[in-house]
Amino acid sequence: MTEGVARFWREIPHRYRLLGSKCDSCGRVFFPPRVLCPECRRKGNISRVALSGKGKIYSYTIVKDGANGFERQVPYVIALIKLEEGPLVAGQIVDCSPDEVEVGKPVELVFRRVSEDGEEGIIYYGYKFRLAEEEN
Amino acid sequence: MRKVYVVGVGMTKFGELWERSFRDLFVEAGIRAIEDAGVDGKEIEALYIGNMSAGLLVKQEHVASLIADHSGLASLHIPATRVEGGDASGALALVQGFSSIASGMYDVVVVGGVEKMSDVMAEKASEVLATTLDQEWEAFFGMTYASAYALMAKRHMHEFGTTEEQMALVSVKNHSNGSKNPMAHFRFEVSLEKVLSSPIVSYPIKLLESHAVSDGASALVLCSEKKAKEFESPVEISGIGQASDYIALHDRDNIVSMASTIEASKRAYEMSGVKPEEVDVAEVHDCFTISEIIAIEDLGFFKKGKGGQATEDGDTEIGGKVAINTSGGLKARGHAPGATGIAQVCEIVLQLRGEAEKRQVDNAEIGLTHNLGGSGGTCVVSILRRRR
Ligand SMILES: [Zn+2]
Repeated sequence: MTEGVARFWREIPHRYRLLGSKCDSCGRVFFPPRVLCPECRRKGNISRVALSGKGKIYSYTIVKDGANGFERQVPYVIALIKLEEGPLVAGQIVDCSPDEVEVGKPVELVFRRVSEDGEEGIIYYGYKFRLAEEEN
Repeated sequence: MRKVYVVGVGMTKFGELWERSFRDLFVEAGIRAIEDAGVDGKEIEALYIGNMSAGLLVKQEHVASLIADHSGLASLHIPATRVEGGDASGALALVQGFSSIASGMYDVVVVGGVEKMSDVMAEKASEVLATTLDQEWEAFFGMTYASAYALMAKRHMHEFGTTEEQMALVSVKNHSNGSKNPMAHFRFEVSLEKVLSSPIVSYPIKLLESHAVSDGASALVLCSEKKAKEFESPVEISGIGQASDYIALHDRDNIVSMASTIEASKRAYEMSGVKPEEVDVAEVHDCFTISEIIAIEDLGFFKKGKGGQATEDGDTEIGGKVAINTSGGLKARGHAPGATGIAQVCEIVLQLRGEAEKRQVDNAEIGLTHNLGGSGGTCVVSILRRRR
């Protein structure tokens, strides 16, 4: 165990419930949340907004040489998802064969174990995505 | 603003240099640069060092003082400053040294970069490179340095029809160039088939499309115009531009170009009055093959989406439209993160002096360097000119 708990704990609302932020001045939605709108800066007005977790695959990669803490998950898919509300979000696509993943396919959010800090450390949870039915 | 010249270049060979320590590496590069210039240690007024991650890699911070000390400069008490911008740290040191001379503060400074990657295991080195990404929103979910670029590659393929063969050809070319560079980490050629059949690191990126993980150091002696008159073949830094961008891919408008490269190069081109089509030779940040393709588009050498085709057509080879990565690039010359940006300048200076031997570009007059931090959150572009 090498990591402190607070660093993870403070992001729980965003990683468990996809709580983003919105600038009420220009309407832009941000995920991960921002405290300052990059368009309006000090003239902006930031509020919290929960995101649907629905979106489409913007790009993806199949990771064979996994990051530390992810070795047991290889091969795993990392994608950028274009959320319905506008922002892109990075995350894994799970519950399918990597061969099924394609740019443009719809996905939805699932809540999963992400990684762990060694044998005795924190188990990290958060969002991942899975392929969803095409909408008609 | 005063003009700034490079009057000395020096670097270590890049590679897994087991017998050399972090401090040994920089001393070797620094001494070579000083000997190349023919300056006396007492003439050096300041030192700027680019270093990405000595804290994680050799458990040493406060490295500027360490380096000045072991370079024999402790008794002169010159200002020594470390700058950090991921793997653009070297070029950031160049910007600092340039500014300090352009402003009139100093006449002679040494800028350099150093990284010691092989004192940790390979997995740790990968993890350190991934610290240049957004830790909370990219790396947390399992994104690696390679997979950030793989996301760009897949999208580039999707939007422009760039092929895996075209990307692999970047590696074939850079290995061919690197085989002619005595300072390169990898001095061997690779075939297209060998690149394409090498293990996948993060689809579509393969092992032989990934930068070398190198130890190395590089250094330059910079001076003002009045001082440059004392030297044999000064090369002018006629333009320099630095830019930042959203650190994480998910916050950018698109991932098939880098706004930091576009902005940094615009600033450098404007300062120098040089146009992209006038550049004879360029060292660009090919941490992965897709990165070279995106860079040669964003730098204005080729239209957006045509970088893969240009590579296939041989336009980026020595003797082509613009010779890209004659040193072998990050792929074959190697990538010692903090040292890379300065090693790029070393190569361009050799090219402009006509000293690049078997990889010499005929009559090279204008050269460019392009150094990225992480997935493009930082970029520095410099333009160098032979003095006519
Ligand atoms: Zn706003």
